[in-house]
Amino acid sequence: MAAKGTRGILARISGRAITFFARAVTAVRPVWQGIDPDRPRQRVYFANHASHGDFILIWAVLPPRQQLATRPVAGADYWRTGLRRFIGSDVFNALLIERNGGGNPVDLMAEALDGGASLIIFPEGTRNQTEAELLPLKSGIYHLARLRPEIELVPVWIENLNRVLPKGAFIPVPLMCRVIFGAPLHVGTDEAKDDFLTRARDALLTLRPKPEGN
Amino acid sequence: MDDARSDLLTVIAAIGGVLIFASAIGWVLGRRYSPNGENAAIENLNDRIRAWWVMTLALSLAFLGGRFGVIALFALCSFAALREFMTLTNATRADHNTLAAAFFIVLPVQFWLVWINWYGLYSIFIPVYVFLLLPIVSALAGETRNYLVRIAEMQWALMICVFCVSHVPAMLNLKIPTGRGVLLIAFLVIVVQLSDVLQYVWGKLIGKRKIAPKLSPSKTIEGFVGGSLSATLIGTCLWWMTPFTPLQAAGMSLLITLMGFAGGLVMSAIKRDRGVKDWGHSIAGHGGFIDRLDSVLFAAPIFFHVTRYYWKLG
Repeated sequence: MAAKGTRGILARISGRAITFFARAVTAVRPVWQGIDPDRPRQRVYFANHASHGDFILIWAVLPPRQQLATRPVAGADYWRTGLRRFIGSDVFNALLIERNGGGNPVDLMAEALDGGASLIIFPEGTRNQTEAELLPLKSGIYHLARLRPEIELVPVWIENLNRVLPKGAFIPVPLMCRVIFGAPLHVGTDEAKDDFLTRARDALLTLRPKPEGN
Repeated sequence: MDDARSDLLTVIAAIGGVLIFASAIGWVLGRRYSPNGENAAIENLNDRIRAWWVMTLALSLAFLGGRFGVIALFALCSFAALREFMTLTNATRADHNTLAAAFFIVLPVQFWLVWINWYGLYSIFIPVYVFLLLPIVSALAGETRNYLVRIAEMQWALMICVFCVSHVPAMLNLKIPTGRGVLLIAFLVIVVQLSDVLQYVWGKLIGKRKIAPKLSPSKTIEGFVGGSLSATLIGTCLWWMTPFTPLQAAGMSLLITLMGFAGGLVMSAIKRDRGVKDWGHSIAGHGGFIDRLDSVLFAAPIFFHVTRYYWKLG
């Protein structure tokens, strides 16, 4: 649960301010290709990861009610201290994962799902700062899909944010971004790990925008 | 109330009247042909009319807000347009500092120069200083792939989205009686935008021969001629808003109508090149800011300089 009282109110206001800022810089626009945003369901959104602002863009375009029920999964090391801690824990109610030990991340995510939350995960495991479109996916998403097979896994492609805030940059440059939601996946009953990871990766890559028109 | 103020209110009231009329027609058409939103053309028409209400409201408030309001409004439009343009360029990570400078230094400085009325600098700041200095920033990043393309695109973006847009509020700096600068801007925007709308309407009614089917399939010779001439006629009737005689107003109207048409064509060519239909999605029914501003962009600097030169208003 998000914090209550003054801190909670402050967190709500900060959430609004952060999403307003994100919108001012990126004019972010959702494209609902595979899901109906107005039919709330418990989901795991999995997205390409290029910047610390990625989950903010996904969060910003979700309908308000679903925002409150959607928790980003993030590395504890980055979000542990000071203002980041406030933003991570209080504003976005992030599920923080220790990178070195400290419980099995997949179990923690399953627990959060059992608590009724939807999750935002980045199965590449780290920010992609290479020229490649997408890094190989880590196996956590497969294990999570196995543990909670009834929950929809929704592929999400975040377009352009890596240009807004590239590696090592402090000042975001205003460029327009889109967040594209694809059709949900479920793991097959006897689907092998590599097959599922390939399928999930392809689901992300097919969302990459192609030029419209001719 | 002085002359200029009451003229401005007259203009705003007249536009409001036109919009009420348009909304009424849109409502009737919607009731008859698209009661459940099934006719895309009528839904788009109504989206457009609603967007016109918002744009008219924003412009009217800015005009009534005086010099600051007008400059601030067009600085915001410039920001939104530059964001749309830069999104479609090849600018890479290596250009991050260049882009940051374009948005957070060049754009504010240009509008500040307009604000303090430093004509000698705002007319050459982007074409001369920025043109020479910005490539240095990108060169220092050391990425040479596509260098010429990236630099050229960013300079174009700044010329179109900042330099050209800033020449709309720059009209306030012309030495004409107090308060009438705003009317000159209103004249430019009304004639150019009406010309767009009328070309569309004439094209729908009698359009047959396409002018540039590759660039813009909806533009026809009939629409172009009918729209330009009727917009020029309206511009002539609006001579009282300007320092021009009716005949001069007709000439200026024709000039900005032609420039506006060219602007639409050129910006279409860029969209085709990049494979997009619209520049953005901020304005329902219209697309992005550049989709709505393309004709004004091209007309503004020419209108500004011709007015300044021939009427010796520098």
